[in-house]
Amino acid sequence: MRTAIDLILRLDQDVFAAVWTSLTVAGWSVIFAALLGVPVGLSVAAHEFRGKRATITVLNTLMAMPTVVIGLIVYSLLSRQGLLGFWGLLFSRKAMIIGEVLLAGPIVANYTLSAVKAADFRIVPTALTLGASRLGAMVQLGREVRFGVVAAVIAGFGRVISEVGVAMMLGGNIRGFTRTMTTAIAVETSKGEFAFGLALGIVLIAVAFSINVLFHFAQESRP
Amino acid sequence: MLAAVVAAALYCAPAEAQQRLRMSTTTSTENSGLLKVLLPPFERQNSCRVDVVAVGTGAALKLGEAGDVDVVFVHARKLEDRFVAAGFGVNRRDVMYNDFVILGPATDPAKVRGAGTAAEAMRRVAAAQARFISRGDESGTHLKEQELWEQAGIKPAGKWYQSVGQGMGEVIMMSTEQRAYTLADRGTYNAFRHGKTDLEVLFQGEKGLFNPYGVIAVNPQKFAHANYGLAMKFIEFVMGPEGQQIIADYKVAGDTIFFVYGR
Repeated sequence: MRTAIDLILRLDQDVFAAVWTSLTVAGWSVIFAALLGVPVGLSVAAHEFRGKRATITVLNTLMAMPTVVIGLIVYSLLSRQGLLGFWGLLFSRKAMIIGEVLLAGPIVANYTLSAVKAADFRIVPTALTLGASRLGAMVQLGREVRFGVVAAVIAGFGRVISEVGVAMMLGGNIRGFTRTMTTAIAVETSKGEFAFGLALGIVLIAVAFSINVLFHFAQESRP
Repeated sequence: MLAAVVAAALYCAPAEAQQRLRMSTTTSTENSGLLKVLLPPFERQNSCRVDVVAVGTGAALKLGEAGDVDVVFVHARKLEDRFVAAGFGVNRRDVMYNDFVILGPATDPAKVRGAGTAAEAMRRVAAAQARFISRGDESGTHLKEQELWEQAGIKPAGKWYQSVGQGMGEVIMMSTEQRAYTLADRGTYNAFRHGKTDLEVLFQGEKGLFNPYGVIAVNPQKFAHANYGLAMKFIEFVMGPEGQQIIADYKVAGDTIFFVYGR
């Protein structure tokens, strides 16, 4: 434990690199996941259409997708024998982000959807009656349920930064490049280097905590 | 509900009458498939189960040092000797050997094929800045790789040198995908050669690439809970005629993977 804290205080380069990789990958992933997930969640919730329940069931199932299955699917697409092999993306940060977006997108969509369900169902019709465009009404809806939307994004971020399956399979745990906090913990433990693993564990929790504090203030501040 | 689940779990759990031998070993003995043929006869004869933890040699020995296993089956002579000297293990035996090979893409952009020595081969990879994937996990193979870089007088660093901290099988697959060079033990390479990887052996046959495997019982005087009796039975088995025969006969797609001494 003491060695672990020493490593953090000395800002060990490997610790720092792993933290940075985790944050950038999780950051980009959650941006894309939000860009995809929030509109999907809002529009599925606000509209009545055939197959709505089936869509919701599919979204729910996607939330339960094991990270290693997502990893495997994307791996087989990006591998040299795969359909997208010519991109040469396997074992890169981009590959990780693709996998993480597939992981976090459904979570963001689902949380957004339930936030809308819990909100006043008259928001969209009212906005439309007051002369808002279709898109304007959706934006208004998004503002009304922003608390839930931020929670959705936090949930997506939490999932991405804490998972190891996608990061390991698609990133390959390359030191200083695709090694994240979680894959580093997995590998350091397999080497028997518990202090280093513990140091990263502490940083991971601290980072997750600070991000959530930031989000908390974002939620509290009223426009 | 919970009670029912617990009851079902208890009901389904197998009777714990069997003895268990906990063994830590390297990823190469596991990935090559040897353990799948070596362990069952031993388990039958002693009506026991062998629980295998396959990690890098460094971690395998650390499990022994912590008393978490009863026997270790590894390949890093220097570390093994240190393990025994420090009193963690007893009765080390040389079980078998194979050798390390330098793998790379058939196109061989760094011209490793013509190298005179392994150190020279490593120098060529570094000079060409050709991608090299390192185990980076303190395994026997990783230690050998570090030894070769040292002989070559190179401290590998830069974008071309990727340390990934994973097992031999994963590293061969990653090198295949990335068209990279890597150092592998012949056992795992042969097990992957047919269908899984198109990397080729670009350098081999140097004395320095010899790769001996040893088995060591965890010292019962240090760890009273270690199953020393069964560990010694295992050592006798792998060193005895039956065990040695199984190892010598073990082939993957026609290739011998490990060689035994004195035949």
